[in-house]
Amino acid sequence: MFQYNKLNSELSFFQKVKKLDFILIFCIILLSAISLLVMYSTDGGEILYHTKSHFIKLLTFFSLMMVISFFNIKLWHITSYFIYFVIILLLIWVSAYGIKVSGSQRWINLYFIVLQPSELMKIGIILCLAKYYHRLKIENVNSFTTIIISLSIIIVPIILVLSQPDLGTSILIALSGLIVLWLGGVKMKYFFISLISFLISLPFIISFLKPYQKMRILTFLDPDRDPLGAGYQIIQSKIAIGSGGITGKGFLKGTQSYLEFLPEKHTDFIFTLFSEEFGFVGSICLLLIYSIIIIRIIRIGAISRSNFAKLFCFGFAFAIFVYIVVNLSMVLGLLPIVGSPLPILSFGGSSLLATMIGFGIVLSAKINHKQMIA
Amino acid sequence: MIKDSSGIRKTDVINRRMFIIGAAKLIVFSGIVARLFSLQINDNKKYLTLSDKNRIREWKLPPTRGEIVDYFGNIIAGNLKVYQLHIIPEQVENFNYLLTRLKNLLQLSDREISNILKSKKKLKPWESIIVSENLSWSQFLKINNYLYDLVGVKPVMTISRNYPFSDIYTHVLGYVSQPNEKDILENEVVQQKFVPGMKIGKLGLEKTLENYLIGTNAIQRYEVNAYGKRINQLEHQKGQQGSKIRLTLDTEVQKLSAKLLLDKAGSISVMDIYTGEIIAMHSSPSYDPNSFLFGISKDEWELIRNNPLKPLINKTLSGLYSPGSTIKPIVALSALENNIIGPNFKVKCTGKTELYGQTFHCWKEKGHGFMSLKNAMKQSCDTYFYEIARLLGVDRLKITAEKFGLGEKVLGAYFKNEKKGLFPNTSWKKNNLGKGWVLGETLITGIGQGYTQTTPLQLCLMTAQIANGGYSIKPKIIVNNNPLNFNEVKKSIKEQNLLNINTKLVKNPKNLRIIQEAMFSSTNEIRGTSYRSRIDDKKYQFAGKTGTAQVKRISKRERELDLKIDQIPYNDRDHALYIAYGPYVNPRYALSIIVEHGGSGSKAAAPIAKELFKLIIDREELRDKQSNFEEINI
Repeated sequence: MFQYNKLNSELSFFQKVKKLDFILIFCIILLSAISLLVMYSTDGGEILYHTKSHFIKLLTFFSLMMVISFFNIKLWHITSYFIYFVIILLLIWVSAYGIKVSGSQRWINLYFIVLQPSELMKIGIILCLAKYYHRLKIENVNSFTTIIISLSIIIVPIILVLSQPDLGTSILIALSGLIVLWLGGVKMKYFFISLISFLISLPFIISFLKPYQKMRILTFLDPDRDPLGAGYQIIQSKIAIGSGGITGKGFLKGTQSYLEFLPEKHTDFIFTLFSEEFGFVGSICLLLIYSIIIIRIIRIGAISRSNFAKLFCFGFAFAIFVYIVVNLSMVLGLLPIVGSPLPILSFGGSSLLATMIGFGIVLSAKINHKQMIA
Repeated sequence: MIKDSSGIRKTDVINRRMFIIGAAKLIVFSGIVARLFSLQINDNKKYLTLSDKNRIREWKLPPTRGEIVDYFGNIIAGNLKVYQLHIIPEQVENFNYLLTRLKNLLQLSDREISNILKSKKKLKPWESIIVSENLSWSQFLKINNYLYDLVGVKPVMTISRNYPFSDIYTHVLGYVSQPNEKDILENEVVQQKFVPGMKIGKLGLEKTLENYLIGTNAIQRYEVNAYGKRINQLEHQKGQQGSKIRLTLDTEVQKLSAKLLLDKAGSISVMDIYTGEIIAMHSSPSYDPNSFLFGISKDEWELIRNNPLKPLINKTLSGLYSPGSTIKPIVALSALENNIIGPNFKVKCTGKTELYGQTFHCWKEKGHGFMSLKNAMKQSCDTYFYEIARLLGVDRLKITAEKFGLGEKVLGAYFKNEKKGLFPNTSWKKNNLGKGWVLGETLITGIGQGYTQTTPLQLCLMTAQIANGGYSIKPKIIVNNNPLNFNEVKKSIKEQNLLNINTKLVKNPKNLRIIQEAMFSSTNEIRGTSYRSRIDDKKYQFAGKTGTAQVKRISKRERELDLKIDQIPYNDRDHALYIAYGPYVNPRYALSIIVEHGGSGSKAAAPIAKELFKLIIDREELRDKQSNFEEINI
């Protein structure tokens, strides 16, 4: 237990700075710059609310990320359960006193920020499970109690988030959690069995979905069935992306977004606007930047000596990957529309905050990659 | 920290599983890249088109209608600049205030105000509401003066149809007005070019020549946003005015016709006997087509509709009349052609003929005495024609009548309301009335009464074909790219080298000569029925035949009373008819005149011909100077 006395490692400030992953930081800054350009475009080529607000959030959360990164990874290991419970409490608070917007109760007003705790849970669940599996002996991983406990860790927040209701975020939380289970060594056959039973029970699950969620699935299967109603978003999104072509229509020249054909262009459909203006080449570059980020995080996980850091990095890398894939598949018409933002690019404080906290912990793991945790 | 074997194995498990995930990620990312590729590179064209379809919207503007001119190029249906008032709701600050201001300025009625409010609800806020379609110049000035106070109001100058000669061409041209749903569905061209506010032909040539007159829309392309609001104009494509249509009509003759029939119900038709060009065609009374442009008021409409002289009926084409004695030239010609009688055939007229106990009266109670064909025509002796009709039979008479155009439409498809008329024969009666023909009916058919029904234009064509020596002509009202020179037609007839439009209607030209001479004497010799309306000057001298068509059977008592015309109720009075052609030497024009309930043809109709011939022949030189060719294929 002696290691716990020294939460702040013996490294000096400059040593820490030297140990930062500059490629990762550079990619994050690059993405931030791109996101500001895109926000500027959604504001119609002016610096208006979205651009300003996004800039301030980027600045604040980037600083927060740096602060987090300078703490020893052990601190995050110790506080993992605590953070998880705080977010659970926030979720309960949301269901009681949350702000209701168009039928869903997802937000709490903290006066300096309107927070969406479910977004934070995406990171919280990885932290919590990483700690749980860090401690676990490999023999116990597939024991009945272990699996029940880890599944409960996942299911409790999911029930809370589903009741808001927010299907998209709960799926992302579930996937983030399950990946830690996978990495932790839960038997593959369990995964296959649950996947098959999930597919079998899918019709029953669908019958429990809200009418608007069923509509989204039907629309996904055939967007043209109601081109001005439920299918409008996906059709317009495909038109915008498709009309971008190889090099795009040019910065600030995306007619689909400029003439307001794109729905929710600031948030979930931000990629559509980017892709319309910068085309295939731009989109590939963006994917490349994301890939580099993911690879860097995996690399940090790989060099980390503690299983906690490994699990968190791998889990977080996978979570980022899932966010990107779900968001892009949605706007490209490969998946039904579920609300899921694109990391860093989408407008929205909570999602950005969660992502930046995640990066902060990853950077902290990088600085302290030699740190062993009991 | 205990480094047990399981700890090392655990790290291995994590790393191995990470590798599996990494491979899966690669596959999923490639899937996304493939999708991007297919959307942005393979289907780029398709989505670019869709994106343009999204953002570019076309606005069609009403096309400018082609003008209609008379033979001399005077515009008879033109386009006039009109001033309109539009409101653009989204620019209005206080709608109610604006309405009260406009109400005071333009004296709008409460109904008009409620109409504005209704259309405001229907339209999008950036679409303009038409407050007034036709502002007077002074109203337009007023609005412009107060424009600073009328935010959201837009004075607009646009083009509207205009009929400068108001009512004298109404029955030929018809009028334009707002189309209803049926009008639009009926005509594909209109369907294609329709835009709100556009007017289309509702009647007459305006309707039948719609596809020539309509023109093409000007098109404005705008970039619009997702809500349909115009962002900026991309392109303006000019429209084309509709074709100019030139008619064969002469406005001066048309005007005179209107004047001569003023306050009477009737019709005048004038035709060139060689080219078939219709020089005048007027039905009286008429009405002002300009009233229909912006919607006719209810009062005005009721006034037109309830007028006992029936202005809505185009009497020239759809008025059906018994020809009366104007049929006699055909009856006589038919008898001669069929060798029933010779030119010297005589009948004694005692004032009446008995047949199977039925009495058939001549108009002259005391009788005409012995009548030759020429005298019978000249004095319009009914007894003579009873006799030759009896000898001829109605079936042979019908053949001749049909040759000269009776029982058939004259202008064909140009006028939807043109009637065919009827010339009866024995089989017609059997088929349509189910009864056998009675000889007495042949007798009255011989004097143009009974079942026979003709339109004034048919009588005009019949006269023209008698005048030109018995050759069929094709009447025309539109100058087109197939010109007929009257000299050429005349020459071809003289040399018997007929143009393919003319066919010979008589076997023996001598027979027609006899009829022509008889018609001449009827007008120019003493005791002729229209002698009083003659012109002695050879330049204007014409030949004609009067007709008086009974509208009801004359009872014995009425015959004895021999009432003066003003003593008979209007609707019981005879129709007065007159057909004529002139100048007698070298004839060129034929005409037919009908005055409904005008009394006798010689008193009411023949004097009109005198006035007309003077004007028509005076204008001949001017008319011949005009080109008779237009680059249009109608």
